[in-house]
Amino acid sequence: MSETDNAPRPSEDSADLTIEMRSVHKWYGQFHVLKDINLAVTRGERIVICGPSGSGKSTMIRCINRLEEHQQGQIIVDGTELTDDVKHIDQVRKEVGMVFQHFNLFPHLTVLENCCLAPIWVRKMPRREAEAVAMEYLEKVKIPEQARKYPGQLSGGQQQRVAIARSLCMNPHIMLFDEPTSALDPEMIKEVLDTMIELAESGMTMLCVTHEMGFAKTVANRVIFMDAGEIIEENEPHEFFNNPQSDRTKLFLSQILQH
Amino acid sequence: MTVHTPHPDLPPPTLSVGVLGWLRSNLFSSPLHTLLSLFAIYLVYLTVPPIISWVFLDSTWVGDTREACSGTTGACWVFVKVRMNQFMYGFFPESEYWRINLAFGLLIVLAIPLFIKKFQHKGKLAIFILVFYPIITFQLFSGGNFGLTPVETSKWGGLSLTLILAGVGIVASLPIGIVLALGRRSEMPIVRSVCVVFIEFWRGVPLITVLFMSSVMLPLFLPEGTNFDKLLRAMIGIALFQSAYMAEVVRGGLAAIPKGQYEAAEALGLSYWKSMGLIILPQALKLVIPGIVNTFIALFKDTTLVLIIGLFDLLAIIQQAFADPDWLGFSIEGYVFAASIFWIFCFSMSRYSMALEKKLHTGHAR
Repeated sequence: MSETDNAPRPSEDSADLTIEMRSVHKWYGQFHVLKDINLAVTRGERIVICGPSGSGKSTMIRCINRLEEHQQGQIIVDGTELTDDVKHIDQVRKEVGMVFQHFNLFPHLTVLENCCLAPIWVRKMPRREAEAVAMEYLEKVKIPEQARKYPGQLSGGQQQRVAIARSLCMNPHIMLFDEPTSALDPEMIKEVLDTMIELAESGMTMLCVTHEMGFAKTVANRVIFMDAGEIIEENEPHEFFNNPQSDRTKLFLSQILQH
Repeated sequence: MTVHTPHPDLPPPTLSVGVLGWLRSNLFSSPLHTLLSLFAIYLVYLTVPPIISWVFLDSTWVGDTREACSGTTGACWVFVKVRMNQFMYGFFPESEYWRINLAFGLLIVLAIPLFIKKFQHKGKLAIFILVFYPIITFQLFSGGNFGLTPVETSKWGGLSLTLILAGVGIVASLPIGIVLALGRRSEMPIVRSVCVVFIEFWRGVPLITVLFMSSVMLPLFLPEGTNFDKLLRAMIGIALFQSAYMAEVVRGGLAAIPKGQYEAAEALGLSYWKSMGLIILPQALKLVIPGIVNTFIALFKDTTLVLIIGLFDLLAIIQQAFADPDWLGFSIEGYVFAASIFWIFCFSMSRYSMALEKKLHTGHAR
């Protein structure tokens, strides 16, 4: 690969494209998890990714901040191509926030410290300023009063909202959500979804792996359906739910929407 | 509509709480337990009173000579008292004892602020203690500079030598162990193999062999004329030996941290060293405090093995005192004294580790 291919691309190349995946393939050992994924995400787009478990949807969004390595194809995030180059990876991770199924808050740090950590150590922000930013986002997710507590003292829904605030403190352009409500009690799902809806309204680019079809209907610009490592179908939500094209999608929708 | 009124709390039955309840549930809960309890009480009655009278009631504490102890059936602590200076300072010149006192006094004074909650500069002070304090102590012990009379390391001994060996071992083995543990979990094959070989080598040989090698074999391999101190060699041997154990303890802690923690740190853009230093190690080390302190305690007691290479630590110097023709036959007192000193230090470490665990507990479930 030539020098120029590796270097960050000039932004005019991808006017308002923010994520570009070009025929991405990935294997776990012999197992082919991602098969020829092509995806272009424009700035401010809100994409919901659904599909049966093991279909590669989590793996796909985890490739976007290089928590998983792809073996073939290209992934370009904000003009930076993801390669083995650590500088590029760090560059992308600074701009891409991620929220996990199991929150993954740091249990030995208070809520406030969880939020300040990356701005202080990665962005080199002075502590005072970082704390102010953190409090601002904790207010946005409506739990400023929990700032001095430890994650273990909060409910699941509160923890997930802290996790969202923690990502936002890095001021990312893109937010990835990996099944953010799957580990929550039914009563707590709504508070997290409300936070996510608010975030969507603010114009954030969001990629969200979720089984919350109601969320997909109200928030998404586009719904992507994956199965067996492939993108089977993508469409805007109304069309996707009312007029699915492929048999596989129809089957999936009939199974999740029956109850 | 029916209104639910909660049932009021009732007091528990009398026999289930208080002293009676405790006795009933812990000592006399069944015929077999009653029998065992009575037997245990009888054993305590048989052993404890004689020990107390030997140590305290019938023992001799005053006097300077052997004659003071004639005719008593209890312990002769005069022996320990007369030899106390040697037990503490080894063969250090008596006029220079103040240097050892100053070194340990300084440590206590420096360490006190670390336990004061409001003290702001704990990190800086800890760095000072770890970096500059050893230099000061070394200067005080060995002398030669600042007008202090030089004292050879062969003259060091007693409890002060034990503490130096253990202190150096503890301070060196923890960081080396952490680096080795990280190395063993590294994805870089060369780093990993080097760490595995190092750890398995040092864990595979007995400490006695290490000490023998360092004092007898090593000089044979070194070029003629190079001579470095026997005590230093023993210290290096102990530190490397214990760091291998420490590495495995720390590795256990690292393995117990959920993968999500590594991923969250990565996703936030933290570099490897930052995520280790800020996220993973603080949690992993906290988890393995009992194992770390266990290794420290083992290290502390293992320092007695330096006896075989001719260094006189606390135990060795006490044993050496048994040979004094004026004080033949007081080995029990000597051993009991040595045991109590070791016990006090080890028990303090154990209590400190428990306090630390409690303090660092942040109420997280995982």
